[in-house]
Amino acid sequence: MKAKTPSKLEKILAAGHMAVTSECGPPRGSDMEVIVEKANLIKDHVDAINITDNQTSVTRMSSLAACIQLKLMGLEPVLQMVTRDRNRIALQSDILGAAAFDIYNILCLSGDHQSFGDCPTGQNVHDIDSMQLIQTVRHMRDDGKFLGGDDIKRPPQMYVGAAANPFADPFDIRVPRLAKKVAAGVEFIQTQCIYNLDKFEEWMKGVRERGLHEKVYILAGMTPMKSVGMAKYMQKRVPGMDVPDEIIKRLQGVEKGQQAAEGIKICIEAMQRLKEVEGVAGFHVMAIEWEEKVPEIVEAAGLHPRPNVD
Amino acid sequence: MRLQYPSDIKIILVPCTGKVDLIHILHSFEKGADGVYAVGCLEGDCHYNSGNLRARKRVEQAQKILDTIGIGGERAQMYNLSSSEGPRFAQIAVEMDEKIRKLGPNPIKLAKKRAA
Amino acid sequence: MIVADKKPIEEIIEEIKDHEKILILGCNECVTVCEAGGKKEVGVLASALRMYFLNEGKEVKIDEVTLERQCDHEYLEEIRDSMDQYDAVVSIACGVGVQFMAEKYHDTPIYPGVNTCFMGVTEKRGLWTERCQACGECILATTGGICPITRCAKRVLNGPCGGSVRGSCEINKEIDCAWQLIVDRLKSLNRLDDYETLCPLKDWSTDRAGGPRKVVREDLQQ
Repeated sequence: MKAKTPSKLEKILAAGHMAVTSECGPPRGSDMEVIVEKANLIKDHVDAINITDNQTSVTRMSSLAACIQLKLMGLEPVLQMVTRDRNRIALQSDILGAAAFDIYNILCLSGDHQSFGDCPTGQNVHDIDSMQLIQTVRHMRDDGKFLGGDDIKRPPQMYVGAAANPFADPFDIRVPRLAKKVAAGVEFIQTQCIYNLDKFEEWMKGVRERGLHEKVYILAGMTPMKSVGMAKYMQKRVPGMDVPDEIIKRLQGVEKGQQAAEGIKICIEAMQRLKEVEGVAGFHVMAIEWEEKVPEIVEAAGLHPRPNVD
Repeated sequence: MRLQYPSDIKIILVPCTGKVDLIHILHSFEKGADGVYAVGCLEGDCHYNSGNLRARKRVEQAQKILDTIGIGGERAQMYNLSSSEGPRFAQIAVEMDEKIRKLGPNPIKLAKKRAA
Repeated sequence: MIVADKKPIEEIIEEIKDHEKILILGCNECVTVCEAGGKKEVGVLASALRMYFLNEGKEVKIDEVTLERQCDHEYLEEIRDSMDQYDAVVSIACGVGVQFMAEKYHDTPIYPGVNTCFMGVTEKRGLWTERCQACGECILATTGGICPITRCAKRVLNGPCGGSVRGSCEINKEIDCAWQLIVDRLKSLNRLDDYETLCPLKDWSTDRAGGPRKVVREDLQQ
């Protein structure tokens, strides 16, 4: 596949390298230093950095502002954009705003429901859904037009991504659902955190059977467990998360002080196993509020140094 | 058995307590009753399956409304007994009579007198 | 039908506390079926309010009327002659009835006695659930007869989202995932292939977004 945008992430994937991305959550305030510090911790070990968009519906500094900061630092941001909070006017407008700063990657999401966040009594928008956002960005980029049909002067040049959750129900439409996103025009996928490797591989098998792995780059989502408590929380409370009991047992099997190290070890082992799975084009390492561990994980997984494609 | 029970209790016969509606209870109070209680069959023994359970829910609804409007929810009660428990019937009547006497007259009755 | 839920009596008392001649106005249609605003509920509310005001030492006249409907001129006209007896009306019809009453009787305050909730069905007595949001452009033909706009918390048109777990919505286990229902239904209709048809961006101008809506039928107008 030949790169269609100036995106570094796209170039790396198109060149056949395993890509590594990570993410930073913006602060609950206006101190940009938080983003600068987090980005500096991981910048030499990843190809691109996602900035989350009010994740779990908790109000934070805007993803776009933090992405601009990364851009000013010479880094490669992935603008996460949820359809929960903006209608099609605001979405297109923010896409252009990002494009004005030459932000070359976007991740199209629907967003967690607002009932999980700090404004549960607020209204949600959902004018369009994540699939339609993929179509919207592709339309703006490829046709150079607004949804309304008018020409865009200097259209966005964005590499278009989306999420996939191989573990959500109903399982039998999880592959067709990816096919639908591919048909909508998605170019890379970052998956939900993978703990149930067997189920993930079963999904990947379905993906390969339909040849989808040749149409979209799939980055496997990895989140190291910090503790048994976190694993239990993810298993019980986070919707669409599949944490097998073995993970919890394994973490319980070590001393409390060693659980974090064991969590990292589990994560690295998973990455080593998934590297060999046909169709896995890279990893999206989401070390939640634990960015300092990303370099260690990436190195141990044999994914360092990062390729230079410029 | 010719059991004695307080003479100020007016018995209204219904085929099943399921027939007792919320509005009947409220109207009784509006007309000046100091207390209202429904006596149904034992729970699980309703001839119409769930009449007595419905009655209980309606009494509970009435209690809530009576509390809200300042009459006092405890003036409405639900009791269950079987048809063979004559002495229990009399005992409930005494119990209810004492309870209501303690609570005093229905404030509506007094308010009506004041208004007249 | 339009499903409504009773307002707490305290709230209604607060609405009408400064009035002395009040009509409690019920409706024989939807709100009767969902037991929020029919003749029976008029009786209960009126009785409770009469007792409340009497107990408060206030002389307040509270009458009861239940109309066939509150969303048609002819039925609202039935009370025109008696309206001068009242200085306020509590309508326990849906919000449509309250507003139509207010339009008709300019100088009488009309207060709502129920919260109008949604358009839905009676699953069983005491349990009503939503089915339609009246978006004005029905897509049920493509979704196996199950509406994702109404029944998905994110009204995702190309669902399900990643939060669908064992048939439930991410926001509450008690809520069915609309897209699980759609997929199951497409399966039983042997139409699962339709799942992969992308649903295009929706025209919301027929929904609330387009402002107050109307249906005009010239052929029926006189």
